[in-house]
Amino acid sequence: MLLEVRDLHVEFRTREGVVNAVNGVSYEVDAGETLAVLGESGSGKSVTAQAIVGILDVPPGRIGGGEVLFKGQDLLKLKEDERRKVRGAGMAMIFQDALSSLNPVLSVGQQLGEMFVVHRGMSHKDAKARAVELMDRVRIPAARERVGQYPHQFSGGMRQRIMIAMALALEPSLIIADEPTTALDVTVQAQVMDLLAELRRELHMGLILITHDLGVVADVADRIAVMYAGKIVETAPVHDIYKAPAHPYTRGLLDSIPRLDQKGSELYAIKGLPPNLLNIPPGCSFHPRCPRARDVCTTDEPPLYEVSGTRHSACHFWRETLHDVDN
Amino acid sequence: MTSTTESSVPAGTTSEPVLEVRDLVKHYPLTQGILFKRHVGAVKAVDGVSFDLARGETLGIVGESGCGKSTVAKMLVHLEEPTGGRIAFKGQDITGLSGRGMKSVRRNIQMVFQDPYTSLNPRMTVGDIIGEPFEIHPEVAPKGDRRRKVQDLLDVVGLNPEYINRYPHQFSGGQRQRIGIARGLALQPEVIVADEPVSALDVSVQAQVVNLMERLQSEFELSYVFIAHDLSIVRHISNRVAVMYLGKVVEIGTDTEIYEHPTHPYTQALLSAVPLPDPTDREHRERILLAGDVPSPANPPSGCHFRTRCWKAQEVCARVEPPLAVPEWFRDGGGPTAHPSACHFADESTAPPTGEPGKRPGAPDGGPGSGPGASGRPPEEA
Repeated sequence: MLLEVRDLHVEFRTREGVVNAVNGVSYEVDAGETLAVLGESGSGKSVTAQAIVGILDVPPGRIGGGEVLFKGQDLLKLKEDERRKVRGAGMAMIFQDALSSLNPVLSVGQQLGEMFVVHRGMSHKDAKARAVELMDRVRIPAARERVGQYPHQFSGGMRQRIMIAMALALEPSLIIADEPTTALDVTVQAQVMDLLAELRRELHMGLILITHDLGVVADVADRIAVMYAGKIVETAPVHDIYKAPAHPYTRGLLDSIPRLDQKGSELYAIKGLPPNLLNIPPGCSFHPRCPRARDVCTTDEPPLYEVSGTRHSACHFWRETLHDVDN
Repeated sequence: MTSTTESSVPAGTTSEPVLEVRDLVKHYPLTQGILFKRHVGAVKAVDGVSFDLARGETLGIVGESGCGKSTVAKMLVHLEEPTGGRIAFKGQDITGLSGRGMKSVRRNIQMVFQDPYTSLNPRMTVGDIIGEPFEIHPEVAPKGDRRRKVQDLLDVVGLNPEYINRYPHQFSGGQRQRIGIARGLALQPEVIVADEPVSALDVSVQAQVVNLMERLQSEFELSYVFIAHDLSIVRHISNRVAVMYLGKVVEIGTDTEIYEHPTHPYTQALLSAVPLPDPTDREHRERILLAGDVPSPANPPSGCHFRTRCWKAQEVCARVEPPLAVPEWFRDGGGPTAHPSACHFADESTAPPTGEPGKRPGAPDGGPGSGPGASGRPPEEA
């Protein structure tokens, strides 16, 4: 297994109290596989990724427990400089906002080449040649002419390609993409997602795709993990989850997106709001918003029940949820 | 204020349109030099947009960033002065109005903004924010009555009326957008222009706000101009949809016409790029991946603006700008393909054209070929 996250806990100390952002998350990604982590803002999907890569702000953040096994090695136990070596060569991250992740006063060639100078000890001239190669690889037209240009001279889609090129530079075995297409237009979004999927196949990398968009996920993911209030509430192969979700939250999310191919009267809306992480409801954290909630949900926290060999759901009534769909 | 004349009602609609927009243009000048600013060109943000909005109707406007959809919204509420063209509210031209005349018209056209975090003043209470329009238009609510009015509005948008003294930061994104909507409703307008009202919200909250807007529409007989880049949401809420590309409307029609029978290649590409939330659906659909980016509106391509990215483009597309009109070869047949589409090769099929422009693509001899050449002002819907 390429990456295994086991029972990860992350909390933030704030003036108002302890924010429990991640409460026991476990997932795994194999080489050549795409895992989509789906959740709304505040679900802990990005914080989990930051803890894996090791860019969590500490303090106020603190890893409360758990393991992050990368190729069998627990990253959380390593010293910062050892960890940096593993991370630099092994994993890379792509962020949502390409404009603010790129340095505006350095040319894109310099920024891409820097990776080779620092990690591979290349000369600046060789590094520049590699930068052009990378830009070609992510299909930026006229790479040789554009290598000396600055980020503001590129469009949003092109900037995101440069971010992808940067992530690919050291040929990592794992890429974590945090909302990589959220800031882009639909037509460009499709181009970037296709590029990511293609490169993943070509280079046989593991890909973790963090997103709130169920549509984007459907196109590229193999498996999906749905997060709510710092926990995984459902994991399943992508086809299964769309056909028949086994958790009421997933069901609600699917029902609340308007469909392009049909025009309904009223949209289904999950009532209420996501919980305040300072004060997560007892029992199942989704129970105040859940149409299926019964007394047991307010007291007993549901474990991740095994639905089938490849599926899990953290709902006491996963059978009923699945069954409802069949009706 | 209510002059009920004007005869240019498009056939098909029964009542007079609330808003009539004709040839709306907004150019931003590009200058060079520090002391003596020379005009070196213009960014053609909006370049000749026309549409009607009927009472109680929702017109969706979709397009990618930079296509001019938000600039249209700003001109409708008079936050931007049009460079040319005409906006008429119930038959009265409002583009040249100033002072008192403008004030009374503005009451009737209100706006809901995209970002509920920056469009609410953090130092004002919710009561002050929603009540502020009454300061400018005291005729709507006399002073003593305002607090009760604001509480009514909070109740209407589904917020607890007791929250009247809270500040914006005490609310979540969805609740803030409700506050923005309540402020838009305060003056009992007839038209609400909503610019990406749900884009900043989480999926589960989006649905709540869309449902609220639909409920309010039927309750108060509002007309909406709903601008968004999310095609699924636009279809859900709109009666008619206009697709914009580089400052122009390229296709306009009812939601069925646009979503199920698009004839403009840009609309077809846009629809095919929308991620479907079901992997089984996506297996049997054809995806069109557009190459490249949207050209700069400061220097749009000649002829048809879309031709640089269009797989159907022929030599004629660079020469002649296709007018926004019902294509001749669809005009007689009626049916869902007979809606305005600004393409020389408008067709439901996405195959590259064969034969001459201005004829039904593929057909041996389809109608008199006078399609191209007739560029001019975009005609109304027929």
